[in-house]
Amino acid sequence: MGRMSLLVSPELCIGCRGCQTACKEWNQLEGEKTENRGTTENPPDLSPNTFNKIRYVELPSEKNPMRLLFVSQRCMHCGDAGCMKICPAPGALFRTDEGAVAYDKDKCIGCRLCVTSCPFNVPRYDAQNKISKCHLCADRISQGLTPSCAKTCPTGALRYGDRDELLGLAKKAGYSKVYGEKDLEGLGAVYAFTDSPKIYGMSDSPAIPEAVVFWNNVLKPLSYLGLAGVAAAAVLHYVAFGPKKIEEVKKDE
Amino acid sequence: MTNHWVDFKNADVILVMGSNPAENHPISMKWITKARENGAKLIVVDPRFTRTAAKADIYAPLRSGTDIAFLGGMINHIVEKNLYFKDYVVNYTNAAFLVNPEFKGPGELNGVFSGYDEKTRKYDKKTWSYQMDDKGIVKKDFTLRDPNCVFQLLKKHYKRYSIDLVSSITGTPKEKLVEVYDTFASTGRPDRAGTELYAMGWTQHTVGTQNIRTMSIIQLLLGNMGIAGGGINAMRGESNVQGSTDHGLLFHIIPGYNPVPSATVVDTAAYIEKFTPKTKDPRSVNWFGNRNKYLISYLKAIYGSSATKENDFGYAWLPKLDEGMNGSWLVLFDKMFKGGFEGFFAWGQNPACSSGNAGKVRTALSKLKWMVNVNLFDNETGSFWKGPGMKPEDVQTEVFQLPAAVSVEKEGSITNSSRLAQWRYKSVEPAGEAMPDSEIINELRNRVIMLYKKEGGKFPAPITNLTWNYGEKDADGKVVKFNIHEVAKEINGYYLEDIYDKTQTPPKLIGKKGELCASFVTLQADGTTSCGNWIYSQSYTQKDGKIINMMARRGKDDPTGLGLYSGWAWAWPVNRRIIYNRASVDMKGNPWDPKRAVIKWNATKENPATKKPGVWEGDVPDGPAPPMADEKAGKYPFIMRADGMGALFGPGLADGPFPEHYEALECPLQENPMQPGHRVNPTIKLFYATEGPGEKAKEDGGLPEDIFASCDIRFPYVATTYRVSEHWQTGVMTRHLPWQLEMSPQQFVEISEQLAVELSISNGEKVIVSSARGKVNAVAMVTKRFQPFKVMDSTIHQVGLPWHFGWQYPEDGSSGDSANLLTPTVGDANTLIPETKAFLVNIKKA
Repeated sequence: MGRMSLLVSPELCIGCRGCQTACKEWNQLEGEKTENRGTTENPPDLSPNTFNKIRYVELPSEKNPMRLLFVSQRCMHCGDAGCMKICPAPGALFRTDEGAVAYDKDKCIGCRLCVTSCPFNVPRYDAQNKISKCHLCADRISQGLTPSCAKTCPTGALRYGDRDELLGLAKKAGYSKVYGEKDLEGLGAVYAFTDSPKIYGMSDSPAIPEAVVFWNNVLKPLSYLGLAGVAAAAVLHYVAFGPKKIEEVKKDE
Repeated sequence: MTNHWVDFKNADVILVMGSNPAENHPISMKWITKARENGAKLIVVDPRFTRTAAKADIYAPLRSGTDIAFLGGMINHIVEKNLYFKDYVVNYTNAAFLVNPEFKGPGELNGVFSGYDEKTRKYDKKTWSYQMDDKGIVKKDFTLRDPNCVFQLLKKHYKRYSIDLVSSITGTPKEKLVEVYDTFASTGRPDRAGTELYAMGWTQHTVGTQNIRTMSIIQLLLGNMGIAGGGINAMRGESNVQGSTDHGLLFHIIPGYNPVPSATVVDTAAYIEKFTPKTKDPRSVNWFGNRNKYLISYLKAIYGSSATKENDFGYAWLPKLDEGMNGSWLVLFDKMFKGGFEGFFAWGQNPACSSGNAGKVRTALSKLKWMVNVNLFDNETGSFWKGPGMKPEDVQTEVFQLPAAVSVEKEGSITNSSRLAQWRYKSVEPAGEAMPDSEIINELRNRVIMLYKKEGGKFPAPITNLTWNYGEKDADGKVVKFNIHEVAKEINGYYLEDIYDKTQTPPKLIGKKGELCASFVTLQADGTTSCGNWIYSQSYTQKDGKIINMMARRGKDDPTGLGLYSGWAWAWPVNRRIIYNRASVDMKGNPWDPKRAVIKWNATKENPATKKPGVWEGDVPDGPAPPMADEKAGKYPFIMRADGMGALFGPGLADGPFPEHYEALECPLQENPMQPGHRVNPTIKLFYATEGPGEKAKEDGGLPEDIFASCDIRFPYVATTYRVSEHWQTGVMTRHLPWQLEMSPQQFVEISEQLAVELSISNGEKVIVSSARGKVNAVAMVTKRFQPFKVMDSTIHQVGLPWHFGWQYPEDGSSGDSANLLTPTVGDANTLIPETKAFLVNIKKA
């Protein structure tokens, strides 16, 4: 099988957020207690119960009151995934046959290194201190089904399919920038943009933090030589960020 | 809808005005997106920069309640700049008809048409008539030059709608008006198609019907009616609202859009005489000339063998209105408020939140002896007695709550906006004690009949004579297992005798006794056929003895490529996917646009019905007659109209044959900028007495609940209500879903940045929105989506709030109460649909 992916086209998105509900329905995620904060956008952020959300981006416009963009925020299923690189627990994060970055909560040790290593600020930890994030509906796609979000999308703003075919589709449609084609060995959620990624609130050149690369190349092999994953993680944290960072993470729990 | 959902993809220009498809009909955006991918232009006209506007090629703001001014300006633009489709206008509309020279318009009579009576607030329509020749056929001037022809009168009427004046009424910048007008008028050619999508943003006004009429005129001028990618399309707000309206939901129609009789229409002969339109023009099909067949077959369907020729088919048992009586929503609840009802079934609805002026409705419910609330959940209606401001100990209304099954817990059909009746299947058993509506009605009917048997009653015949052949019965005649298929078959209709076509020799057998009718074409007026709803005849039919549920079909073929999908389910009438399609071809039957051929006349192919050459191909045509160029047999295209023509001049409505701009009942202007005579629609029913030329509320003019405030400094801001994608109607189905509630948890009010500065309100701050009738708490969303309007040289602010919320759920009250506590008791002059899309409010920090 070729690599599968999502093609996200904000120009086609109408901000209906059927994808948010469909994700929660399939993955049986709890609704969050929210409040209106003066914006249509809600919940405010990704969370253990929110794997994807639509960001409402308001920009100045000459002819209209505003330019309003709807941008899907979710795990990008990077080809070179920082989270997988840094994860010290074998099998906790893994790549599916289709190319998605999925996870096994039973194997997650709660170290939260994936949080610091993600270029897109995606992984969240649930109340049991286990990783939670979009897994591209690994249980659906392994059965040949479309991820729940793309299945429900009425306009084709979220499409799932063979990655090469989707890239071809985006290019043929004349989008000026296909985001994630090459970055991080190709993202598993590629975006069709008509403007620079910054307009959509995305980094021009997403990259894994240096320390993660160091861990992956130097420390992680050591862990397989006998060091316990947790200890190694602690060492890395000390090396890369110092002890204060760990306290900050704890405060967020 | 004249067209259908998939058909949006065929349009070159899509005008979204009075609706918000991206938020309220997301799936329609699939087809709008496809049209745009093919180069179509999307125009959005809305007071607010909606999520649909975010996708638009052109966005034009307008002040709520000024759509007729906006569109009247477009008519003027089209006519003055010769942008109309001349062949179509001359041959397929009443443009050439000569009108009574006595007819006068509001430009001449200071705001009213000829025949207005101030006392009754009604028109005598005598002068809204045509000049007739000695054969009784309307006189015409096909050069369109006669000063009394419809076209010239139209031109004169809308000449008053200049760009300058329109802009000063609507608040739309002039260059935006011209851009919209030119873009939409670009479809006034055979090879271009323009469609319009509306919803409650057009209907819920005191000029609601005329909003849609104005667009009908534009679509006829541009030749956009009947064609693929054209038409006027009502985006229905509920999956089966089309079906419920088809089946007589409204007080003034029985199933199939036949009028509800009044008490003075004493028998079927009088009914048929009164309600059958007549024409002496042999070229007009005048389809409603068949009204007699539909009425008698309906009576046979509901009263069965009890309906006989001798008893006039049980016509006396049909409920009648008193002469002039109006049974619409606002009138009903007004009567309830005044103690006019003992009991009330709130079936699948939540009037305590959904009704205009919901506060009045809540009080009205407390005047009842009993109420039955049939719903999926308890709601603000069922629990009104413990709602805000109520003293439960003082409320004597006994409330019965009947849990109803959800759509997936029952079998049956639904009819969507495309007039497409689709069969649905049951997937799970109803939860708890919930029952399908049909079974609840079955139980109700059984108990009422048992009570009649036991205790007698004043007039049991209308109930006891009803046919009830919906499944196996027990010894008491009670249906024990309700079979919804039997209902569908009754709607389709049966041949009660062998039916012959007696025009042929020997007479040809049309249908065999006991079989399901083939279509309404075979219905009879002599009691030998039954049909519960003529427009649904053919939906559950029989061919060569085999019974076919047409609504359950799932064919996916699309031979024309236009997305008609004629094999998928079934659309009324007779599976026609685009109505008025006879107007999509020229006089010879060739499509105006060969690339988008809905139908086409094939003059050489043999017609299987007549065995002669000449047959229509494509969609089911609006009648089988040959095209108009055939001088003997050719027929006019608009077969549902007595004169066969699309109506630029429409004398049928209460408020005028041409739409005229009037302000909303609650508007910020002292005077109508069109003319000083009439600020508001002169034919609306007023629930509160007024005085003065501005029709201001009198100091003590009626119930305090019905008060309104116009041009009143206490309520300076225009408001409108709307829906969001995340909730549905009053939120009874969505507020209980945590996934929906988290996305839109609370009542909010959108206000412009400029108004926020004036009121020192910051984004996210809690505010109180008040009107002359009530107030609601809301979170202020300070946004660029609303911009102040420049109207008649002053600045007018508009705000908007959704109506999805209610006090009952979530239980902590965090979502706030219904926005309909603010809206007024006033409705459209023709339909009385409440005016909830334009009213006045004030906003203060909470």
